[in-house]
Amino acid sequence: MENLMAALKAQIVEQLNLQEVKPEDIGDDQPLFKDGLGLDSIDALEIIVLLQQHYGIRIANPEQGPEIFYSVRTIAEFITAHQNKQ
Amino acid sequence: MNIYIQGTGCVSPQATATEGPFPAAVIPWQGARLKNWDPDYKQWIDVKLIRRMGRVIKMGVASAKLSLQEAGIEKPEAIITGTAYGCLDDTGVFLTKMINQQEELLTPTAFIQSTHNTVAGQIALMLGCHGYNNTFVHKGFSFENALLDSIMILREGRTGSILAGAMDELTDHSFKILSRFDLYKKEPVTQDSLLRSNTHGTVAGEGAASFVLGTEKGAHTKAKLSGLTTLYRPAGKAEIMADIEAFLAAHSCNREEISLIITGRNGDVAGDEWYEHVENNLLPEIPVACFKHLCGEYPTASAFAMWMACRILAEQAVPASAMFKGNVKGKQQKILIYNHHKQTHHSLILLSAC
Amino acid sequence: MGSGAWIAGGGVICGIGNNVAECLEAFRRMESGMAQMQHLRSVHRSTFPVAEVKADNKTLAAMAGMPEYISRTALLSRIAAQEAWNSTGLGDISQYRVGFVSANTVGGMDKTEDFFADYLENESNGHLRQVVHHECGAVTELVADAMGIRHHISTISTACSSAANALMYGSRLINNNMVDVVIAGGTDALTRFTLNGFNTLMILDQAACRPFDDTRTGLNLGEGAGYVVLISEALAAELPATHPAWCRLSGYANANDAYHQTASSPDGIGNFLAMQGALEMSGLTPADIDYINLHGTGTQNNDIAEGTAIARLFAPAFPPLSSTKSFTGHTLGASGGIEAVFSAMAVKEGIIYPNANFSKQIKELPFSPVVKFSTGNQLQHVMSNSFGFGGNCSSLVFSKI
Repeated sequence: MENLMAALKAQIVEQLNLQEVKPEDIGDDQPLFKDGLGLDSIDALEIIVLLQQHYGIRIANPEQGPEIFYSVRTIAEFITAHQNKQ
Repeated sequence: MNIYIQGTGCVSPQATATEGPFPAAVIPWQGARLKNWDPDYKQWIDVKLIRRMGRVIKMGVASAKLSLQEAGIEKPEAIITGTAYGCLDDTGVFLTKMINQQEELLTPTAFIQSTHNTVAGQIALMLGCHGYNNTFVHKGFSFENALLDSIMILREGRTGSILAGAMDELTDHSFKILSRFDLYKKEPVTQDSLLRSNTHGTVAGEGAASFVLGTEKGAHTKAKLSGLTTLYRPAGKAEIMADIEAFLAAHSCNREEISLIITGRNGDVAGDEWYEHVENNLLPEIPVACFKHLCGEYPTASAFAMWMACRILAEQAVPASAMFKGNVKGKQQKILIYNHHKQTHHSLILLSAC
Repeated sequence: MGSGAWIAGGGVICGIGNNVAECLEAFRRMESGMAQMQHLRSVHRSTFPVAEVKADNKTLAAMAGMPEYISRTALLSRIAAQEAWNSTGLGDISQYRVGFVSANTVGGMDKTEDFFADYLENESNGHLRQVVHHECGAVTELVADAMGIRHHISTISTACSSAANALMYGSRLINNNMVDVVIAGGTDALTRFTLNGFNTLMILDQAACRPFDDTRTGLNLGEGAGYVVLISEALAAELPATHPAWCRLSGYANANDAYHQTASSPDGIGNFLAMQGALEMSGLTPADIDYINLHGTGTQNNDIAEGTAIARLFAPAFPPLSSTKSFTGHTLGASGGIEAVFSAMAVKEGIIYPNANFSKQIKELPFSPVVKFSTGNQLQHVMSNSFGFGGNCSSLVFSKI
């Protein structure tokens, strides 16, 4: 889980071009959207592609985004749960 | 009703992205491509927004912010931009991925930012400006159309201030593709040799210039925008001569009142004949300044010329680096800008001192 | 009050017809234009239905009297612009000062994307004639040159509201006596670029779109072109008796949502300001509007924002309203032009257009769209909405003469 979260942070910073944010600055439970890291609906779409690209997970309904992408930990948990199912 | 230019901002291959006088020294270049002198865009744009912005968006927003600063206003009532090519960098990024990845696993950011109205939309978003917002994308008339729309709206009397600007970027792809159309110099040229090179082709450039326009003369006013017209595909030099005469007459401007002509010479021997003809036959004796050896050729380069003319009128000083022919004397009263893009899109802009 | 510009005619080509008459017949028969793509080549062919113009480039080129190798966007533009001009009865175009103000969103991208595939393999590959008309303005000039229009040409690109802004600018050109006539509207052909772009936003419906329906899940892309002919009141008086003016462009407004680059604000403030401004210019109140041609794309976000703004402005009484995009798909830069023609025709013929595929009212909204075609209604004033990326929102009002 720790490794997965570290990898995710690096991937998020790169994919979203978060200049001036270092992966290690992102807290495991820090909210990613709005007042947290300040991400928005376009970033959610970017993260959907990121999960497909790196983890082979498809999210068909973007409405699911806010819940799954709440924090790095919730994304990691989603990935783990999904990979266990396969 | 008079239209005044209250503030100006310019990002270009020269060190223009600051308030204050025209840069004394020319930033040298060589080869057929002039690249923008990029300021630190973070001074105008929030880091959360900047991460998604392509260069043309940053250039456009920076020039807009500079012009607002100079005009001393925070938010205009309308925003109108012109761009011939739009957001080429983002367009290229999305196209490349779409082709290389066979239409799979694409992400939205480059697509969203590729639309031509991104600059005007981003400025509205940053300023919280709910007013009129438009973007003209008509080749060498993009800037002129944006200005004309602004003038028509100001004349209706319900809008006090309009931000009007134009921006175009050159990317590696666009430079390579445009080069295949044989537009650019093959032999080495520099800022000093371009305008008198007397050979085929020019040099590619890019830039953004913005203007705050209003109907009230104030402490910040830089110049009066006295007239604007465009001429599409003139049949020949006689037609452009007649058009310039009619334009000057329509704005009650005697030839002797013109202190300076700024022409769009770009070193291309065929294209420069138009300027040569007008300078020699219609407006002899009037000193001539040029600008494309400073910013390169691009469809909205006339916006750079208008920025330069505003600086000249506001400071009453013509930069030596811009002079091409003749000697300026006395007060700079009226400046006529005559530009064409690829010989098909001709425009005239008349500015007066305030 | 009003814009001072009159509508002397119009022309449309889109997924439900190659001219205005065919489009009206499709509405009457409730036949929408969505189908599996036949002309656009994309890996998403069997995933997303689109509303293509039902003709290949060779056929369109023959209709347009233009070369087959140029952008489909220009071919569509010429066909609709020529129909618009012919419908006015004004005769020889060279006797007037004419403007052509055409909107589009991606210029000659349909050709550029073919060029680019070759170019990426090797920078000296790719036919230059496929990329020479890449610029939005190049598409406009191909058509202006073919029709002999020189007095004023311009191209506007404000995403999905582009063509509505072309009518505003055209109207101002007439008011400022720069030209006598303006052919104003927009054009866009389907491209892989836009299809894939909208797909990244996850707002394409895999079934037929359902605008203003509670079950809506996205839009279908379409293609086409639509133009009205704007003329001055003075010229309107000289129209032949056989071809009276259709209606007046009585009001318009453009506002910016200033909320997000792509998403509409929840309360649709930009939409509200555009509709309110257009009413103000035409000197009307909401109760005067007899029909609204909605922007109505079928996305969650657009329809709730537009609906909320309409609810706020028009409550408690709502005029009949519908989204013709349920037939034509979303034609992007052309949509404001196509829908301007439909709206002007609505005033002229008393037509209220149906909204296809409607089954369930949006629960947050106090109204639902009209589902049946009707004609011969007494329509004094019709509103047309066009909203887009970048927060660009525009509304037009057409009124009986």
